[in-house]
Amino acid sequence: MARKILLHDIDVANLTDFNVYRNLGGYTAVEKMFKNFTPDQLTEEVKKSGLRGRGGAGFPTGLKWSFLDKKTDKPRYFVCNFDESEPGTFKDRHIGQLNPHQLIEGMILGSYALGVRTAYVYIRGELFYVLKIIEKAIEEAYQNGFLGENIKGSAYSLDLYCQPGAGAYICGEETALLESLEGKRGNPRIKPPFPAVVGLYGCPTVVNNVETIASLPWIINNGAEAYAAIGTEKSKGTKLISACGHINKPGVYEIELGLPVEEFIYSDEYCGGIRNGNKLKAVIAGGSSVPILPAELILKTAKGEPRLLSYESLEEGGFETGTMLGSGGFIVMDDTTCMVKSLLTYARFYHHESCGQCSPCREGTGWMENILRRIDTGKGSMKDIDLLVHIAKHVEGNTICPLGDAAAWPVASAIRHFREEFEEHIKLQQCRFTK
Amino acid sequence: MQEKQNISAFKSETIELVNKIINRYPEGRQKSALLPILHIAQAENNGWLSTGIMDYVALLLNLQPIEVYEVATFYSMFNLEPVGNCVIEVCQTGPCWLKGSDEILAHFEKRLGIKPGETTEDGKFTLKTVECLAACGNAPVIQVGTDYHENLTTEKVDELIEKWKAENKVSHSNPYL
Repeated sequence: MARKILLHDIDVANLTDFNVYRNLGGYTAVEKMFKNFTPDQLTEEVKKSGLRGRGGAGFPTGLKWSFLDKKTDKPRYFVCNFDESEPGTFKDRHIGQLNPHQLIEGMILGSYALGVRTAYVYIRGELFYVLKIIEKAIEEAYQNGFLGENIKGSAYSLDLYCQPGAGAYICGEETALLESLEGKRGNPRIKPPFPAVVGLYGCPTVVNNVETIASLPWIINNGAEAYAAIGTEKSKGTKLISACGHINKPGVYEIELGLPVEEFIYSDEYCGGIRNGNKLKAVIAGGSSVPILPAELILKTAKGEPRLLSYESLEEGGFETGTMLGSGGFIVMDDTTCMVKSLLTYARFYHHESCGQCSPCREGTGWMENILRRIDTGKGSMKDIDLLVHIAKHVEGNTICPLGDAAAWPVASAIRHFREEFEEHIKLQQCRFTK
Repeated sequence: MQEKQNISAFKSETIELVNKIINRYPEGRQKSALLPILHIAQAENNGWLSTGIMDYVALLLNLQPIEVYEVATFYSMFNLEPVGNCVIEVCQTGPCWLKGSDEILAHFEKRLGIKPGETTEDGKFTLKTVECLAACGNAPVIQVGTDYHENLTTEKVDELIEKWKAENKVSHSNPYL
């Protein structure tokens, strides 16, 4: 069995109760923090652990913290990004719903390291029932002296609140999230300045993903070295992979980074193989934004080496033959799946979710959806395929935020790897999978 | 735009909750409370945001009405037209589609006799399609109010519709309570 850091206690009954969490050693990292670490030492420890942002971008967490502008006397903010909305991703919900105190403990650790007095958990509005679980846990943490004035008799005080979104994928982009938290439309900001300098209310702010923050208690309890000893050279620690689609056992799995993809898909410890004994056709390995790969390239790299669930192995081959770890949203498709229709659902998603600020994304996502709908309904023409590639190319890299890239990559990669299927769809003027 | 309607102010318990939420943000940053307050306002206004209720929220938070309208029109959870008592939101993004969300949606359409975006004549049900609800491991998924219904089949849809009909299901209630 693989080592569990995030999900070690996830099956314990009533884990959402403070006392249950506490009896399992919960909040000892906060006690250790006060005893052994100054805020700067805590940041150093997180840097040493090699923890990278688990929301999708994979940026080193300690490094992100060290960018926080400490020269100003403005207040600082720490914000948890719980806007989990990337199709295929449902790992943060798992933590928030089943182990909210782990997240709160991580929020206390991060806030202390950053010198923050007020922190927020921004959670997508659809997950209001999870927000209520977290708010109840926050209340318990206050009652037990882990939040509020002079935490556990120390000089450190922290207030923590939850804020719901209201249905907008774009608010997972950190500057859009901050706009939304300020009560505005979720339009991403132009960077620089980065939130570390000009963030919430114009103050220095760090935004981290739920899973990233929930990893902190283990790191402080067990030490950076212990965390860095797990995984591979460039991918330290464990990662939650939320697996869905045509597999026998969909769910949230914690893996040690570096696990072979083949083992993840076929072993009974994880996905348990493809449904009905069908053949694997394709995988979107890191949430819908990352390039799709056909079976042969997700199981083995173009060089013929086994593909591993790690940042560097999934990136091997670049976008020609590789992909990205992203958020860990692992979408598996068997050989009954129509690639045109599959792609159409994502194109519609990005069109719906584009905030509309940048013309290439606002217009391009709509064009891509329309063209794909045309092909799907049997009215496409051969030149539509190159037109899609052309549009994707001109959306990518030409927008304020990465939503443009996120909308372009699925289109470009689906055509790169499954072009014949698009051609066949156009030729037959119908789908051979749904008849 | 809908006609302005006379709206009664929030109940005193709701005002208490509103003030508690406003206090979570620094002095002068009460605009941050806009999303939570709009969720409450929608729930207390039969599941949708009329111009009247938005103007009232603007008043509560000391904002210009346009600051409320521009936010309400941005977020997909806010309904800007009247809705039925029970709003059914069917996820249709890739992972749900792989597990048969098309059939689930078609079944709702058939059973209720309406298309997405429509409300039944008796005002009981509104059908909506939504994008990824972050529950892909239990696809196909729908949301009704704050409840998720997962691993749906057409049989389960039938059961749910019968249950909602029997209890006169109202999906909008103050999500904080």
